[in-house]
Amino acid sequence: MLQEIPSGLCFILSGILFTIGAIGAIIRRNVIVVFMCIELMLNAVNLVFIAAANALSSMDGSVFVFFIMTVAAVEAAVGLAIFVMVFRLQNTVNAYEVHLLKG
Amino acid sequence: MADTIWLIPFFPALGFILNSSIGSRTSKTFVSWVACLAIFLSFLTAAGVFWEFLQLPATARIYEREIYTWIASGELSVNIGFRLDALSVIMCLVVTGVGFLIHVYSVGYMHGDPGYRRFFIYLNLFVFMMLLLVTGNNLLLMFVGWEGVGLCSYLLIGFWYEKDSASDAGKKAFIVNRVGDFGFLIGIFFLFLSLGAQGVWTLNFGEIGRNAHLLSGGAATVITLLFFVGAIGKSAQIPLYVWLPDAMEGPTPVSSLIHAATMVTAGVYMIARLNFLYSMAPDTMLVVAIIGVLTAFFAASIGFAQYDIKKILAYSTISQLGFMFVAVGVGAYAAGIFHLMTHAFFKGLLFLGAGSVMHAMSGELDMRNMGGLRKKTPITYWTFFIACLAIAGIPGFSGFFSKDEILWKAFSSSQGHVLIWLLAAVTAGMTAFYMFRLFFGTFHGECRASEEVKHHIHESPRVMTIPLMILAFLALVGGYVGIPHLLGGENAIEKFLAPVFGPEIPVKAALNFDIVSAAWASGGAAGHDGSLELALMVASVLIALLGITIAYVFYVKNPGLPGRFAARCSGLYHWVHNKYFVDELYDLLFVRGTLKAGDFLLKVMDGWMIEGLVNGTADWVKRAGGRLRKVETGYVQEYAFGIIVGAIIVVGYLIVAPMF
Repeated sequence: MLQEIPSGLCFILSGILFTIGAIGAIIRRNVIVVFMCIELMLNAVNLVFIAAANALSSMDGSVFVFFIMTVAAVEAAVGLAIFVMVFRLQNTVNAYEVHLLKG
Repeated sequence: MADTIWLIPFFPALGFILNSSIGSRTSKTFVSWVACLAIFLSFLTAAGVFWEFLQLPATARIYEREIYTWIASGELSVNIGFRLDALSVIMCLVVTGVGFLIHVYSVGYMHGDPGYRRFFIYLNLFVFMMLLLVTGNNLLLMFVGWEGVGLCSYLLIGFWYEKDSASDAGKKAFIVNRVGDFGFLIGIFFLFLSLGAQGVWTLNFGEIGRNAHLLSGGAATVITLLFFVGAIGKSAQIPLYVWLPDAMEGPTPVSSLIHAATMVTAGVYMIARLNFLYSMAPDTMLVVAIIGVLTAFFAASIGFAQYDIKKILAYSTISQLGFMFVAVGVGAYAAGIFHLMTHAFFKGLLFLGAGSVMHAMSGELDMRNMGGLRKKTPITYWTFFIACLAIAGIPGFSGFFSKDEILWKAFSSSQGHVLIWLLAAVTAGMTAFYMFRLFFGTFHGECRASEEVKHHIHESPRVMTIPLMILAFLALVGGYVGIPHLLGGENAIEKFLAPVFGPEIPVKAALNFDIVSAAWASGGAAGHDGSLELALMVASVLIALLGITIAYVFYVKNPGLPGRFAARCSGLYHWVHNKYFVDELYDLLFVRGTLKAGDFLLKVMDGWMIEGLVNGTADWVKRAGGRLRKVETGYVQEYAFGIIVGAIIVVGYLIVAPMF
């Protein structure tokens, strides 16, 4: 039997994961890492959905998780393609060196 | 012919289009043929209509055809339509006939000019517009022609636009004419509204004529005065005459065609065309007659002290136009149109003669440097002589009949006055004097030109002298269409025009003899109408002969006399020589003020306010943008940071706000 984990802990964990992801996305320079941080944020949100769905005995949250996973997969594909192109053009994937739109 | 009257303005338009589109790729010969033939075909058409009119009974002499609906908006409906009646057919014949001769003359005169094609394009356009003016069957179409001839006048005065004086003169003519045209346009609006208030919305001459009785006397006076303002501008009367002397900067055929024979008479034509309105407004007619006679006198006096032969002719034109306005002002419309016609002949001839003199004298215009041209340019001499006799009013020449008719009507008409007659008669004598001053100064005496110019003096080529001879013939016989009853004629032109002008203005009920006329008509002759007319006729001839005699004494017999005379009254001479300083006065009164106002508007309103507003807005936006663009760093992560901070603030607010 699985031990029931209190949903409060899940929320705290997902909050921690989301914060780590957000901070990482802002301060890391390598876009691949930034990208991984974004995935982390998405998964933190997934965790909230699952926990809430379980606590509320509702399927809605689980359905959202599937959507998010799909979107995350698509995003990964598009994002990685963009990074490849950026690397070919600029020879770098350092977010601080790519600032052509500077005003 | 009735269905083909639109051809009259069409031919010059076609000539204009042909020459302006393919003229530059063809030879000069082609251009001149197209231009002259276009006018000649119009002339033939007009002559055909005239011939048909003579066969028809007097009341049937109106051809009116509408070919296109130009504007149809609510009550306003304007058609492009042409109306030929006794009045407009005479105008068409004068415009195309004299116009054709001047076109032919120009072929010789403008031969070496680099703007040869341009000249004929403008000239054809001018004739088209002038014919539109005289054949249009409504006021708006007439106004189109009116403005069109003004435009062509501007273009042709400034034809040699590299010369500052020419382009300035063109602008002056255009601007001064604007003042008059403004009055004309307001007059059209006012007439349209006043008739519209009576339920008749129309601009058509025929319909206006039929419904003119609906207008009140006051409205008729205002409308006719406004129209007269237009006539003052176009026909160079006091106070708007100042543009015409300057207009002599244009090529001489232009001065002849536009500024003597045709365009400047448009005002007279317009009043004659709207005679039914003017007859309703005796006050306006008095104004017209007074302005006319004052202009005639004033301009003639300026002619006394000018030396530029074209300027003298210009003042003479203003003066003769004054005579025409006297005629229409006293209700003698037919006499006005008669004088318009004979004036077109002899004044056109005088200008062409002056052009021929210039041609002989290598462009010299100052008669102080002329003299003795009689032997070297015999054709010019004799034709000029005929024209001078005609304008002076010597019996047998065309000017005599028309001028005498005007003088008689000014005296006898119930709208006339003996003072108007007196001033006009004195002016006639002055005209004879200054014209023969010009004539003797140019053709008689010793040649005062430099040796080099003297060497080149020659008669003009045949293409120029033949139009001179034809016009001289017309100036000689043109008057015989209007021999007064008194001399055994039947005044054919007046009879021909009678259907347009309605019943003749009655002769004064009791010809009330003032001191002047009583002196002449003392004795048994006083009561008899015919002998009075004869007495006045003899008087005017004597005045003209006196003028010529004085000119002869002054400039042939005793050439030192004018100089002594001028020295004696140097103040007066100086004043007249400088044209009474009217230009300077206008400069002081209007031009400088306008320039200052323009300067103010340019510097303060435009330069400071509008420019400040527009540029200030742009500046402000630019500066704000300059600040804001710093936000766009180009670093993706800073944007992400912004989004997160924003999200935290929003979420924080949503959490915190319900707590309070």
